[in-house]
Amino acid sequence: MTLDFRTEALLQKHLADARINVELETEGMVLNIGPQHPATHGTLRVVVKLDGERVVSADPVIGYMHRGYEKLTEFRTYPQITTLINRIDWLSSFANEVPFIHGAEQLMGVEAPPRAEYIRTILTELSRIATFVLFLGEMGLQVGAITPAFYGFRDREHVLNLIEAATGGRFHPNFNRIGGLKVDLPSGWIDDCRRVMKKIFDSVDEFEDLLVGNEIFEVRTRGIGVIPAGVGAAYGVSGSNLRASGVDWDLRRDGPDYLVYKDLDWRVWTHPDGDSFSRYWVRMQETRESCRMVIQMLDQLPAGPVMAKVPRIIKVPEGEVWVNTENPLGEMGYYLISKGATGPFRTKIRSASFSNVSILPWLLKGVYVPDIITILASLYFILGDIDR
Amino acid sequence: MAPNPKQKPKLPGLISGLGVTFRTMMKPAVTVQYPHEREDPPARARGVIALKEENCTVCMLCARQCPDWCIYIEGHKEKRPPRRAGGKERTVSVLDRFDIDYALCMYCGICVEVCPFDALFWSPEYEYSEPRIGELLHDKDKLGEWMQTVSPPEPLEVGAEVKGKK
Amino acid sequence: MTALSLLLPALPMAIDLPWGAIVAIKTGIVLAIIPAGALILGYVFLLKMMSHMQSRLGPMDPGGFHGWFQLIGDGIKFIQKEDIIPAEADRRVFAAAPVVVLISTFLLYIVVPAGPRLVVADLDAGVFYALAVSSLSVVGILMAGWASANKYALLGALRAAAQLIAYELPLVLAVVGVIIQAGTMSLQGIVHFQQDGAIFGWDGIGFPLILTQFLGFLIFLIAAQAELTQTPFDMPVAESELVAGYMVEYTGFRFLFFFMGEFGTAFAFAGIASTLFLGGWSVPWVHGTLADILGPIVLFTKIMLVSFLIFWVRFTYPRFREDQLQAIAWKYLIPLSLANILATGIFKVVL
Repeated sequence: MTLDFRTEALLQKHLADARINVELETEGMVLNIGPQHPATHGTLRVVVKLDGERVVSADPVIGYMHRGYEKLTEFRTYPQITTLINRIDWLSSFANEVPFIHGAEQLMGVEAPPRAEYIRTILTELSRIATFVLFLGEMGLQVGAITPAFYGFRDREHVLNLIEAATGGRFHPNFNRIGGLKVDLPSGWIDDCRRVMKKIFDSVDEFEDLLVGNEIFEVRTRGIGVIPAGVGAAYGVSGSNLRASGVDWDLRRDGPDYLVYKDLDWRVWTHPDGDSFSRYWVRMQETRESCRMVIQMLDQLPAGPVMAKVPRIIKVPEGEVWVNTENPLGEMGYYLISKGATGPFRTKIRSASFSNVSILPWLLKGVYVPDIITILASLYFILGDIDR
Repeated sequence: MAPNPKQKPKLPGLISGLGVTFRTMMKPAVTVQYPHEREDPPARARGVIALKEENCTVCMLCARQCPDWCIYIEGHKEKRPPRRAGGKERTVSVLDRFDIDYALCMYCGICVEVCPFDALFWSPEYEYSEPRIGELLHDKDKLGEWMQTVSPPEPLEVGAEVKGKK
Repeated sequence: MTALSLLLPALPMAIDLPWGAIVAIKTGIVLAIIPAGALILGYVFLLKMMSHMQSRLGPMDPGGFHGWFQLIGDGIKFIQKEDIIPAEADRRVFAAAPVVVLISTFLLYIVVPAGPRLVVADLDAGVFYALAVSSLSVVGILMAGWASANKYALLGALRAAAQLIAYELPLVLAVVGVIIQAGTMSLQGIVHFQQDGAIFGWDGIGFPLILTQFLGFLIFLIAAQAELTQTPFDMPVAESELVAGYMVEYTGFRFLFFFMGEFGTAFAFAGIASTLFLGGWSVPWVHGTLADILGPIVLFTKIMLVSFLIFWVRFTYPRFREDQLQAIAWKYLIPLSLANILATGIFKVVL
């Protein structure tokens, strides 16, 4: 008997749920964290089997937010896709556009002018600052301190206002075009940016005073959720999570050259322990580092056009390309297959949070229930990034 | 741990945490009490799309490029008298219907960009929420009204290349 | 309003009333103080102070002036909600649990003095009685968790009970130093001791016991924070954790009872702390009827000060995990308070 695809999908979903329930034996208590839960950043469901207060096994169930990006890109043109992929990781949306546009530019053989590359890097680092400032705040919230979350949102507003002044959108800039940027910066933006960077330095110092030295915070996060470097690399964990385990790997410096990172004087921050505290600390230092990078770039910003010469209707020639970048959440990559049309033939999106979350079954074994929340918060994934 | 760049002597973490909240309490709050007060968005903010009807030639480029297909255009061709005596009759396209459904619109701006005749403009106006979702379909006249809220083009930053009239 | 209601116990003294009427009036006064105290504490600290510490304004519209009506409006909203009891819940125990918690709060106010003659009942073992009665809320919480027929509520209630019982000891031991110094367990007696006492012969400000019992004051505040399940000890009611703890199945005015119980107890504990350590209603040179009038106002100010400390800590710190919480109580607070008692005893005998 053949069923129509909707009934089939429903049946498969129920079977998958039943498999989870059968594989976990009937002893112990099964706790369902999510999909609606304030601690998971969106609709993540973690099915946890408990023995008293300790976790015996954990099973993340993802897919509640699957929007079918890779299918969508098959039927859209490049400018339309640029709009859509903003929404994969919505907290640092400018950073999602960059690898895709770079891939298309590589296939076309077009290079964006230096001013465009500088402004792209500035906006990417601003997205990084915006994401991390929110992380610094909301990790405090997950650990129990309600005040830092408000500081995180309040300080992020400054960066969002900057991005809005330049691109027109706070969360979804949609600013990249193949060949450069849509339009140049408005007048006065550079001075505003410098002022905002000063504010961000002050606010990161505030977070350090409020949380990092706090004995209660330390006792809640030190030694919790230790990811050894080898295990992390094997599971594909990337970004600050891996650097917090001591691995000195940053695609901005170690990957193929992209944007203008080679012209700047900056360093990669690592921490030898792999616990939640070190993940918090590394992101804090990276926020400061991004601020310094932005100030350098504002000083070095070259004059010139922001758009290279590209035809009106963009048809990317045939070819395949893989571009990966260091996004705030980790390593993000696009594999573009083009067959010469106005849109790609196939896009494969490698998102950072998908691999970061894959370590949860290994990581959550044997921890206490409150520590689950701390670990989920410190890994810092975004559901849109996991499910695409 | 790497040293704090400012090298201030540090109080025990518990005390300095209390200091942060106390100092924040003493400073004024950052809340903007909307709707009694409001902050103006920057001039480039993507609030609503305005239509300049006389520029539109019903080329349908915006409707075709919209990722959501939220622009509904209908037009017909009319014959106009020739410009000079003895010339051919001209056909012009006349716009019958130009609706943008803001319930679907993603505010991406592709329609504004691809319009070859500069008939669509961004406006930072954002206060047009409606209690009924059907009223979010703005028709030709309403889109023409938004033209009054469009901000004039602003000067670009130092170092930008200023081409001729774009 | 609270200051006024603290003043009213003087009324029965002025008029010669039968015993039953006096008890009725005193009961009515205490019943009025609980929501009043809860409202004031809740509004000033929970809504306004918390908001300003988080760089925002808090309620501004209800009532027109900085949203003073917000909590009263919330109360009205809660009262008109549907009363839902889970199908498998034990109905009588479910209904009785919030009342038990509220009764323990109610009984606390009986001994807190607001003036030389303004106390509902000046018991000789006032401190002992107050601390004993405050542990009644544990029973109420266990009843709530069990009767909810919800395994998460039960978990939360057991955690809460473990925490509350663990922190009873430091609470009691911290106060023993005060009792040794003052020589009496009656709260009025302790206030008189602080008012009439002298620091090395100088009786300018009396002898507030916080000067010598600073450690006791700190331990009392920490233990009170844990008794009220406030952050950093709010694992039982952790909001960003699994569930809302033992109160998860409660709606409407039953939830309101828990809420009022929490803030009423906060008010009461702050009252006991200011009475034991800061001098209660006493201002050094003021005696007699003037003290009856000034007393409630002074006590109210001191309560606000102590509550400020309690809520300041609540909004700043993250929360402890359950085992760390227990470790602090058993491994740090109890030995410290025992050392405090030892030191106080030695000094009392030597000096």
